[in-house]
Amino acid sequence: MFDTLSDRLAATFKNLRGKGRLSEADIDATTREIRIALLEADVALPAVRAFISRVKERALGAEVSAALNPAQQVIKIVNEELISILGGETRRLRFAKNGPTVIMLAGLQGAGKTTLAGKLAKWLKDQKHTPLLVACDLQRPNAVTQLGVMAERAGVAIFAPEPGNGVGDPVKVAKDSIEFAKSKLYDVVIVDTAGRLGIDAEMMQQAADIRAAVEPDEVLFVVDAMIGQDAVTTAQAFLEGVDFTGVVLSKLDGDARGGAALSVAHVTGRQIMFASNGEKLDDFDAFHPDRMASRILGMGDVLSLIEQA
Amino acid sequence: ARSQNTLGKGLLNLLSRDRLDEDTWEEIEELLLTADVGVQPTQELVEALRTRVKVLGTRSPDELRGLLREELVALIDPTLDRTLNTAKHADEDPARPAVLLVVGVNGVGKTTTSGKLARVLVADGRKVVLGAADTFRAAAADQLQTWGERVGARTVRGPEGGDPASVAFDAVKEGIAEGADTVLVDTAGRLHTKTGLMDELGKVKRVVEKHGPVDEVLLVLDATTGQNGLVQAKVFAEVVDITGIVLTKLDGTAKGGIVISVQRQLGVPVKLIGLGEGADDLAPFEPEAFVDALLD
Ligand SMILES: Nc1nc2c(ncn2[C@@H]2O[C@H](COP(=O)(O)OP(=O)(O)OP(=O)(O)O)[C@@H](O)[C@H]2O)c(=O)[nH]1
Ligand SMILES: Nc1nc2c(ncn2[C@@H]2O[C@H](COP(=O)(O)OP(=O)(O)OP(=O)(O)O)[C@@H](O)[C@H]2O)c(=O)[nH]1
Ligand SMILES: [Mg+2]
Ligand SMILES: [Mg+2]
Repeated sequence: MFDTLSDRLAATFKNLRGKGRLSEADIDATTREIRIALLEADVALPAVRAFISRVKERALGAEVSAALNPAQQVIKIVNEELISILGGETRRLRFAKNGPTVIMLAGLQGAGKTTLAGKLAKWLKDQKHTPLLVACDLQRPNAVTQLGVMAERAGVAIFAPEPGNGVGDPVKVAKDSIEFAKSKLYDVVIVDTAGRLGIDAEMMQQAADIRAAVEPDEVLFVVDAMIGQDAVTTAQAFLEGVDFTGVVLSKLDGDARGGAALSVAHVTGRQIMFASNGEKLDDFDAFHPDRMASRILGMGDVLSLIEQA
Repeated sequence: ARSQNTLGKGLLNLLSRDRLDEDTWEEIEELLLTADVGVQPTQELVEALRTRVKVLGTRSPDELRGLLREELVALIDPTLDRTLNTAKHADEDPARPAVLLVVGVNGVGKTTTSGKLARVLVADGRKVVLGAADTFRAAAADQLQTWGERVGARTVRGPEGGDPASVAFDAVKEGIAEGADTVLVDTAGRLHTKTGLMDELGKVKRVVEKHGPVDEVLLVLDATTGQNGLVQAKVFAEVVDITGIVLTKLDGTAKGGIVISVQRQLGVPVKLIGLGEGADDLAPFEPEAFVDALLD
């Protein structure tokens, strides 16, 4: 399905080849294919619409360039717009000026939060920080044990005063962890929270309470790269619930096209900061908008198409 | 007066047809797309509907929705056999428990589903053994064991990082020795693209089959999954020949429309749905209820 898709796009672009100027009909034909491509890559419908209208607007208004033919121009616009929505240059983590830097993780069930907690801890430790993992998922069976294993593997400390499995108050654990970190001089606190649904009002309130208790420097929304149209609803709910400051895309080691990246960026305007791409602690990278743009369109390298066009 | 009447009627027709043509059709397309049904199946559905609308002379958006519901229910096929084979093979000597293998990509709800399913079976008076064949993920066996304790099923586990196939083998062996009715083998989450891990899964199944055929291979799909769900299902079906799908996390806002393609392309029915994190949040899949929720 994916191959024929890029073939289709390439075919559309080929039809545009050699024309001196882009007609509205040319642009319509092209954007129709791009719309399908985006939907098949799981970009959510509202994001697709907004994207297409931006591309159309720019394509229509574009000056006829001397260096590029019209087809190349459309591809270039698509690529530029994708990269610009996905965040342009990657943003770095914000560190606190005084006291420990606090990073809170939030997201749907099974998104990859606890695994990310371990990865972040290891990554920070490798940069000579002294991170502390905080076990605030007291819900999922053995989430505390799981985080304990991550801490051990990463060689970092853990604050886990409650056993979990339904026992203990996550807000209190979160609050106490800050005092603990200060007294023991940990400089980064990573708060793992339970997975929750956007529509679960009680659990979203709990997340908001945890946020209020730790006053994080970063709240990272962890989202599974395989998520479909629900990305928009969920991202919106977490934005309202915990006002996240950045996004982490997980399970990018699969073959999902990852349209969620565009959906989330579109509805929240928050930048995608990291890519989680495996189950091991080192499977973790900065997010690259340009690579993601190519991946979403499923064309290997979008820019190489410009050369072909 | 007569001509006025005709004109009036024509206008009315035109107006109602307009509504059906423009907004309503677009709405229907959007509804299907945002439910993760996928571009191609959506286009096919809309085409089929257009034909039926022409034939039937359907006018009102409400009627159209009714037709759409019919089409969707037919696609999901209420006549498919969705029973779950969990009964002991009492006729064999020694009697052998039914063996279920639970598979899927990472974090979809395999372990939770295994726990919930054990709960249903135990409540039905069966003796259940859980096999913790996820020896890889941190605390995975502990998680399954906690579920086992919660619902009254013993968990067979092996050393962390050990061979999952031998844990699965042992679980069935102990199930036979204990006279269990059902053995549920929970496996590690793995992306379908990782050939090494998929080979490992194939081996788990083959090794378990030394005791006799596996009764069910359940593929767990997360309702939030988009178009990738189809690829996942295809690859898992190739490797372990899945017999049923469990669609989890339907308690959220995601509609799980991808299972329509999955069912159709693989001919494997959705058998169960997950509706939460609690022990009782598992239910049989009902095509009509699923479609109603999708159209909601
Ligand atoms: N392949 C792959 N698997 C991942 C990645 N990140 C996490 N996982 C796996 O996904 C599953 C869920 O990860 P967790 O870290 O437990 O997810 P979570 O968000 O903490 O889950 P809950 O606490 O239950 O909400 C586990 O099997 C992880 O090993 C990734 O980037 N790639
Ligand atoms: N809301 C909701 N959450 C669910 C459902 N099923 C499972 N979960 C949650 O999803 C998360 C992952 O579930 P697991 O059972 O650990 O998933 P898994 O497939 O075994 O994960 P791995 O073994 O790491 O691949 C946990 O937080 C579960 O509580 C469901 O039907 N609804
Ligand atoms: Mg977790
Ligand atoms: Mg599991």
